[in-house]
Amino acid sequence: MEAGTVSSARSISVTINGTTYEREVEARKLLVHFIRDDLDLTGSHIGCDTGNCGACSVIVDGTLVKSCMMLAVQADGSTVETVEGLADGEELSKLQQAFSSHHALQCGYCTPGMLMSATALLRSNPKPSEDEIKKGLQGNICRCTGYWNIFAAVKAASSE
Amino acid sequence: MTTTTIAPAQVEVEAPAEQYKGQNVPRKEDRRLVQGQGVFVDDVKRHGMGYIHFVRSPYAHAHISSIDVSKAEEIGGVYGTLTGEEVAVLTDPFFQISSVPGANLKDFALAVGKVRYVGEAIVAVVAETRELARDASELVEIEYEPITPITDARQALATDAPSIHEDAGGNLMWEGTYEWGDLDAAFAEADKIVKIDELHFHRFNSTPLETNGALVEYNRGTGQWTIHTNNQFPGFAAIMMGPAMRTGLDKLRFVTQDIGGGFGNKITSHPQLVACCLLARKLGRAVQWTEWRTDFHSSMSHGNERWFQDTEVAVKNDGTLLGFRTKALDDAGAWLRYEPLGGVIWAQVTPGMYRWRHIRLEFTQVATNKAPVSPNRGYSRMQHLWFTERIIDIVAQELELDPVEIRKRNYIRTEEMPYETPNGCVYDSGDYAKMLDLGLDLIGWDEREARRAEAASRGKLLGVGIGSTLDSGTNNFGQSRMINPELQFSGNNEVATVKLDIFGEIVVTLGTTPQGQGHETTAAQVVADILKCSWEDVHVRAGHDSYWNSHAGFSGTYASQFAVTGLSAVKGATDMLAAEIKKLASAVFGGVPEEALELAEGTVRIKDNPDAALPFMACGAIINANNAGLPEDLGVTLNCRYVYRPPFEVPDVEKKFGNLTLTYAAQVHVAVVEVDPETGYYDIVDYAAVDDCGKRINPQIVEGQVMGATAQALGAVVHEQFVYDEDGNLLTPNFYDYHVPHALDMPPLKTGNIESPSPFTALGTKGMGEGGGAGIHAVCAAVQDALRAHGGAIVADSANPYHKVWDMLRHPEETKKLVSVVDA
Repeated sequence: MEAGTVSSARSISVTINGTTYEREVEARKLLVHFIRDDLDLTGSHIGCDTGNCGACSVIVDGTLVKSCMMLAVQADGSTVETVEGLADGEELSKLQQAFSSHHALQCGYCTPGMLMSATALLRSNPKPSEDEIKKGLQGNICRCTGYWNIFAAVKAASSE
Repeated sequence: MTTTTIAPAQVEVEAPAEQYKGQNVPRKEDRRLVQGQGVFVDDVKRHGMGYIHFVRSPYAHAHISSIDVSKAEEIGGVYGTLTGEEVAVLTDPFFQISSVPGANLKDFALAVGKVRYVGEAIVAVVAETRELARDASELVEIEYEPITPITDARQALATDAPSIHEDAGGNLMWEGTYEWGDLDAAFAEADKIVKIDELHFHRFNSTPLETNGALVEYNRGTGQWTIHTNNQFPGFAAIMMGPAMRTGLDKLRFVTQDIGGGFGNKITSHPQLVACCLLARKLGRAVQWTEWRTDFHSSMSHGNERWFQDTEVAVKNDGTLLGFRTKALDDAGAWLRYEPLGGVIWAQVTPGMYRWRHIRLEFTQVATNKAPVSPNRGYSRMQHLWFTERIIDIVAQELELDPVEIRKRNYIRTEEMPYETPNGCVYDSGDYAKMLDLGLDLIGWDEREARRAEAASRGKLLGVGIGSTLDSGTNNFGQSRMINPELQFSGNNEVATVKLDIFGEIVVTLGTTPQGQGHETTAAQVVADILKCSWEDVHVRAGHDSYWNSHAGFSGTYASQFAVTGLSAVKGATDMLAAEIKKLASAVFGGVPEEALELAEGTVRIKDNPDAALPFMACGAIINANNAGLPEDLGVTLNCRYVYRPPFEVPDVEKKFGNLTLTYAAQVHVAVVEVDPETGYYDIVDYAAVDDCGKRINPQIVEGQVMGATAQALGAVVHEQFVYDEDGNLLTPNFYDYHVPHALDMPPLKTGNIESPSPFTALGTKGMGEGGGAGIHAVCAAVQDALRAHGGAIVADSANPYHKVWDMLRHPEETKKLVSVVDA
């Protein structure tokens, strides 16, 4: 086998945060590795390898997805939103601002995935109850905060 | 109260009228982190770098008969491999903290000749991609001769037990007896002796969401390695790595920006870092290692598993506790990576929060065929504090005493502070009874019987439990000499530099390696208060870099100390800078006395003539770029480095006596649970966490730490456990099987606090952040309280998943038989 050439390579085109990327990828490459390693969008993180932690959560064609549970080739032709696309230039989104003001992050490692899950939640349910917030975030693990301040931040962002 | 020469001198706590200290200023770190612009170790890339994959042992205990890497190396895109045999030639074994027999261990970066736990790294394979490295690892051929493993510490010292470390002559790693007071007199004075045959503190850790990792570059020209890593205690890693690699510490540059949680679990990555360094040199390219989640679970920094055996407690009829004796058996796992320091760290909180003066503890640490233990949030004190809290509630249940009353009767009192414990630790300040009252109020203690009846009407068993703990912070590393008198460690230190640059920039560098504790923010608050400028104008460099020269031997972020060591260093450096700014202005103003000057609004000015002001920008410019004509002996650089050194003495190693940490923050948690007697399932229906860490620089950050420690404790007591089968296979190697709390698991939380400033620290602060595992203790107590009405089982294990509660409901006699009471 020759270095860097894999018979299963495929050409894909993915639009991420408004920019279209065309790349050759191995068929087995995970979407999260494509985003992080090939495109250098390192805001989406990896915390578990098993689809449990949600640190890699992104929005694919409007649907919240754990990008470690999807192959890059499956995203061919898709529109993807990642944490890097949440702010409007220098202006943070309401949710990003609320995470900061409510101290909803400490190490910040789960935060990108948590923000994407909360963004997806608020799009489908702009005024979630506390229980709905918990259900909306149950796929994201945070080891620093105990979630309480995250619930408060999402609540605050939803009521503005 | 007694006094001791070991008690630190008290310092005046300053309290200026207007200050940022004590305010919830927004975190400086947040802006980059909420945009995904943090730089974590796996984000660091270099051209042509190779990805490392470790081949790990499928056996818990086996001789390695052969290793063949040739097939792996033949694959295109594979850059090379490293085996234990090579490591044993290129490096010396890691320095051991232990005295004999643990001192005789031969610990290398990769397994040499033998594997001792499932998941132990044997070979490293480096390839062009992560996937290829993993594929090639499958082609490494290793032949094993399995040996019977030991997975239960209680079997490790049996005469026929297989030896895990032949070098140590068996499985005993370290043992020591601690005794203070007069045990015979205490037991003679007692009315009752409560005997507890066995208690068990289980194995878990904090599982930071980011696993360990590194990107390592080797500079062939200078012989220097640059180690981009998330190791949280580079000072310790350097001390371990330098001698093993036969290199000076100047050749090991550690660089960190953001770290995705640490909780102690990222202290002992030095073996993997050595493997990375050897590979970077061997292959002549940058190498990258990111630990897989399963590799973290199966090999990194499990918390100390501990048994407490043959415990006897001397009690008066009125509930006065006189003392206890016990045997602590600690399961170190396969290697002593930071151990056996756990064998002394517990002693920082020897009596817990209580006034008993007569204590004997025989500590024995053994090796088993499980992953090595290393620090985990609450390191070693949590185990001991769980034990003392279990004693309190078991004694209360057996003697039919009220759990609040027995605590208040025996808590150290606020008027006794600073309080010298039987082993010479000096609890600096606190009011435990007041904290308990606050916690009880928060959960409505007075209505508990009505609530119990209401729950019973729904078929539920309600229980209320208290966990009172300490978070001792700022280690006196002299305590390590109780483990090994030959060690030349004592005291502690931390460094900060503060400078005023050409355009007036205030730039701060720290020696610490924060993992979410907001050091950039709290450091800026302290600096701004001294320089009388805005915290927003203070630039604190993110992360750690040993090139900054702002680190010392104990630099790092661990063991609840930044608010003391880190911020005292920041204060010291800023005080120096403030004095230099005045000295410079005095010269510029033509000899105006420094006492006549003040700092205000980003300037230095004449007090009586505020219009005569020199902006910081001018100060920076004069010194750095416009200094002709300044007095020759001015002695001002506007670049100040301060090393904070806490006031410690070396403890008395013979008597095992001395102040082991500088501050003692306290936590009192109260949990209310409802148990379903049909299934053992329980809900935490109400919860209060009361904290006292002295002066709080940023209360919101402090509360965040309290919440995080609470959540981790609740996860540990209900769900989290590293479970091994009898063959030594880890049954919980990922987040499917190792359940950490999710959003839906979180109970309602009420927080409270009091502030008892430390008289021993410059800012009145105390280290905090670890908590003492109070949630574990509180839930254990609450479950035991709930079960009183249904068989009266004793909670004898810190792990209480639902199926175990169901067992206790069905067979209460199994744990009740562990406890007996005899008249003294």
